[in-house]
Amino acid sequence: MYDYTDFDAAFVAERNRQFREQVERRINGALTEDEFKPLRLMNGLYLQLHAYMLRVAIPYGTLNSRQMRQLAHIAEQWDKGYGHFTTRQNIQFNWPRLRDVPDMLDALAEVNMHAIQTSGNTIRNVTADHFAGAAADEVADPRPVAELIRQWSTDHPEFQFLPRKFKIAVTGSPNDRAVTRAHDIGLQIVDRDGTIGYRVIVGGGLGRTPMIGKVLADFVTQYDLLPYLEAVVSVWNLLGRRDNKYKSRIKITVHEHGIDEIRARVEERFKLIRPSFSGVDVELFERIKAAFAPPALNTADTAAFDAAYAADPVFRSWCDTNLSPHRAPDHAIAQISLKAHGATPGDATAEQMRVMADLAETYGHDELRISHEQNVILPHVHKSDLPAIHAALKEAGLATANIGLISDIIACPGMDYCALATARSIPIAQEIATRFEALKLEHEIGDLKIKISGCINACGHHHVGHIGILGLDRAGVENYQITLGGDHTQTAELGQRTGPGFSADEIVPAIERIVHAYLDYRDSPDEAFLQTYRRIGMGPFKTALYEEAHAHAAQ
Amino acid sequence: MPREFTPKVVTANALLEGDVVYLTADDRWTRHLSEAELITDEAHAQLRLLHGEGQPDHVVGAYLADARQGLDGPEPVHFREEFRRTGPSNYRHGKQAETRDV
Repeated sequence: MYDYTDFDAAFVAERNRQFREQVERRINGALTEDEFKPLRLMNGLYLQLHAYMLRVAIPYGTLNSRQMRQLAHIAEQWDKGYGHFTTRQNIQFNWPRLRDVPDMLDALAEVNMHAIQTSGNTIRNVTADHFAGAAADEVADPRPVAELIRQWSTDHPEFQFLPRKFKIAVTGSPNDRAVTRAHDIGLQIVDRDGTIGYRVIVGGGLGRTPMIGKVLADFVTQYDLLPYLEAVVSVWNLLGRRDNKYKSRIKITVHEHGIDEIRARVEERFKLIRPSFSGVDVELFERIKAAFAPPALNTADTAAFDAAYAADPVFRSWCDTNLSPHRAPDHAIAQISLKAHGATPGDATAEQMRVMADLAETYGHDELRISHEQNVILPHVHKSDLPAIHAALKEAGLATANIGLISDIIACPGMDYCALATARSIPIAQEIATRFEALKLEHEIGDLKIKISGCINACGHHHVGHIGILGLDRAGVENYQITLGGDHTQTAELGQRTGPGFSADEIVPAIERIVHAYLDYRDSPDEAFLQTYRRIGMGPFKTALYEEAHAHAAQ
Repeated sequence: MPREFTPKVVTANALLEGDVVYLTADDRWTRHLSEAELITDEAHAQLRLLHGEGQPDHVVGAYLADARQGLDGPEPVHFREEFRRTGPSNYRHGKQAETRDV
């Protein structure tokens, strides 16, 4: 795992020192709120509905046990004993007091963590596939290049006043788990005749005007990557709309100018700046790559696993839903669900964080990952250790066997916390999960991703949910719109709206009608919700949603 | 024709704690909406808002929120203000758990 260099540590310490003084100057009145706000946002500090909120970066979603324990400590010392893992592979603390934030940042710096560029019109925390370095289907680990981009983009002098925020995601696998097509830039590592390079996707994004990213370049070499990215951001920095916040993201620039014109401008800019990259970036990349060397995996037989799998139905069920194939066949990638039925998606208590840290240290080569789906991952576990891991998780309330199922819901904080929200998300997620748990249907339903956002900014990725739910304020009442058929993977698609929205009381029964329609129409239990939707289209679901509801009302 | 003025309270977030506060008729910031000054006159509302905005060392983001007279002082009109005076619905945190004064 990447360790801070002296330069990194000094940089973060200096930034923290500056911020401590900025907080002091705000409190003693030397800075107005208008002056202070951009400074606090640069350091991840928001003012939300009920309190300040500190957003901490977890670069490419990777944590070690020491870092996880420090997050637990911060949650207990300065917050309310829990943290919220987000769809951007960050963790948010919902209740800090202004005076305590400099101490929280110092505590983070002790374990090589920070909150820099988790907000503001900069290149944000770079996200990556949460199975990086472990997945059986991977071409190369996406984290070294994500770290390279983090170093290149942090305080990049040309990019401190961008038209708007800019988000980059990297996948090292053709099976896209990093939602690269819904980012300003998505990078996919590809292998062309033995040479590693990058497919560059640009102009994706959700929010008010959702767009699926377009391929800007099919293959960019490692040598050309940073100048190419710099050219892309540079072109947008000049063209991007600063007159209208809603038209400022690169997706709009690409849409307005067309991908071909953007490509031509990027290539022109690239030619100009390419000579200024001496190759030092590639040397740095090689050094970073060495820090991400794969762990020395242990070899043992898997008899203990096989025996437990055969004997214990609860363990078996957990394995069937929460494990994914590791590149080493006697290992597994284990997902820890932060979606216990009725719990807040993405929340973990300090105690749970410590349990996960201990498991990573004891059984998982000291590695933890945070997924954009708001779960935690032990990326390298030997199968023989899984029964012990499962037992420890069960004890901590972390053994919910629901990864990829209907209760594994992404939900943004919504109006329970967020100052931008137009409706709540969390209670809707809680009610859906509890309802389908009561029906004992979720394993029968199978692969189904519900994603909920509490406003059109779409932090909950609702556009790319198989079922998306968007909470709005309709004349002073919470109202929920449904979209169907969204897809966040390499076959990315935006969901289509079903029609009029539903009240908070009506939304769970509405979801139930959609799910029952799917169960009625699917070819076989092997046909997942999304496949059925693609085969039969919107019609039958609309009928189930609106006409059956009327029929019931008329009875 | 201009819209008819509806009653308001001045609300903001406390600078240090970040929590929700309301302006009272005797120029205090209170944590309780029921103690807020319910303003029924538009010109007076603007003056009270200016008074709130003029205290950047105490509060952040002062604005006028719709409110109505209830049995026990002002009550929220919009659900957002209901959440602000109560706290989140997933945990008993925030105002519903704390009832201390400024």
